[in-house]
Amino acid sequence: MKLLTREALLSFQRAPLLSVLSVTTIAFSLFTVGLFGLVAINLREALRGLEERVEIAAYTFRGTPSETIVIATQDIAAFPEVQDVSYVSEEEALRRARSELVEFRDAYRDLQVNPLPASIEVRMKAGYRDAATVGRVAERLRGFGFIDDVRFGREWVQKLDQLRNLTGLVGLVIGLAFAAVAVVIIGVTIRLTILQRAREISIMRLVGATNWFIRGPFLLEGALKGLLGGLLSLVLCYGGYLLFRDSSGGTLSGLVFFGPQQMALIILFGVLLGLCGSMVSVGRHLRHV
Amino acid sequence: MIRFTSVYKAYPNGAMALKDVTFHVSKGEFVFLTGHSGAGKSTIMKLLFAEQRPSGGEVRVSGYNVNSLQPDDVPRLRRRLGVVFQDFRLLEDRTAEENVAFALEVTGARTDTIAARVMRVLTQVGLSAKSRAYPRELSGGEQQRVAIARALVNDPAILLADEPTGNLDERATRGVFQLLRDINNGGTVVVMATHDLDLVRQTVYRTIEMRDGGLVYDSDVDEAAAEAP
Repeated sequence: MKLLTREALLSFQRAPLLSVLSVTTIAFSLFTVGLFGLVAINLREALRGLEERVEIAAYTFRGTPSETIVIATQDIAAFPEVQDVSYVSEEEALRRARSELVEFRDAYRDLQVNPLPASIEVRMKAGYRDAATVGRVAERLRGFGFIDDVRFGREWVQKLDQLRNLTGLVGLVIGLAFAAVAVVIIGVTIRLTILQRAREISIMRLVGATNWFIRGPFLLEGALKGLLGGLLSLVLCYGGYLLFRDSSGGTLSGLVFFGPQQMALIILFGVLLGLCGSMVSVGRHLRHV
Repeated sequence: MIRFTSVYKAYPNGAMALKDVTFHVSKGEFVFLTGHSGAGKSTIMKLLFAEQRPSGGEVRVSGYNVNSLQPDDVPRLRRRLGVVFQDFRLLEDRTAEENVAFALEVTGARTDTIAARVMRVLTQVGLSAKSRAYPRELSGGEQQRVAIARALVNDPAILLADEPTGNLDERATRGVFQLLRDINNGGTVVVMATHDLDLVRQTVYRTIEMRDGGLVYDSDVDEAAAEAP
């Protein structure tokens, strides 16, 4: 084990330029993946804010007895998809209109009769805010006899759906592409190290070292480079994150960075990339010798 | 110790490196393998340390069947052999003792025994005073002694030497050859490929001569036949 670590570390010392090159290429590959990940998690964060506002408004017929509405409200609150339900009376609706729609304040003030209907506002639980579920719940609300009309931003909800799916897909595709590039780059740099040490490897084989013994230092070297690359990419990502946040002049102050688990995942990903790259190169070389 | 039975070796380009080669080497023997370049000496060496596999026939070395050797068995076989080459194959960035220790380290020898074993073989090859020297600070003959020490450090049953004196002047050649004889006197089988016929003629050791991939002369067999009535 001591020898394994020594041999792996020696390769950094013997070929510092090559090692720096491979660590930085890994870092930049992971940096790109990381940046996209940051965009994705911030987009998801922003979408979550939007999603929380997904609600259904069910307008009641004028004159519906309030007991009916209270009972119905309890029924609706028991729907598995529903987070909470609130009743907005005609007077409440008018008060809200007066305070929110400033432009029409005068028009609302002079009214003799309240033209606004009472409504039941339904907010959906997280995970049920997609267009299909919202539409299904809206349809069920329509089934109540005292409901005149049901409104929800159908198109808006659908767009949200598409955006969410697209983000996931683009993230996956770009992430995979960059991971492949990283594996190739690591493979090439490890291959250069192997070629540089071909003589040493041939002697190791000659004196009876097992293939695993020969592989060990290279795999450790790849994993170490992946680890360093992963750490460096996080530093770069954090720099990018700070730059974005500060240059936005406060408008993007709500930006979030990776959590500890996500950071650990990126580093682990770096280590795995390093291992894969060296495994491919070493495997190929040992077959040919 | 070594048994070649009707061995053929064909290379992917169709060239026949060995044609129907049969011989065997017993415990304690010293054998010269002679012939011109391309006669098949190096191919026999490569088959012996399982660098290559025969295309036909059977090769057995120190109890292992090279034909059917599993990947895991290749290192095991090699630990029972010592191999020395014309170009020494030393690591330039390590001292003489580090080069020898390398052979022990990579085979997982106990760390606390390494220094003593290295010093023992370096003394055996007459280089204990230069254990801290790098290969570039040593003469050709000395470098070959370091290579021999590395080959010996695992106490091999068989020492394979492929043109070990090919790069050496006459004096160094004599020294290295004497060292190989001493090693053989200690009981280790030595197979030495060489085209230095002067060296071969000076001694009474068994000689196997190769030509165009075929075995054309084996002093053991041919002399026995000549002596027969």
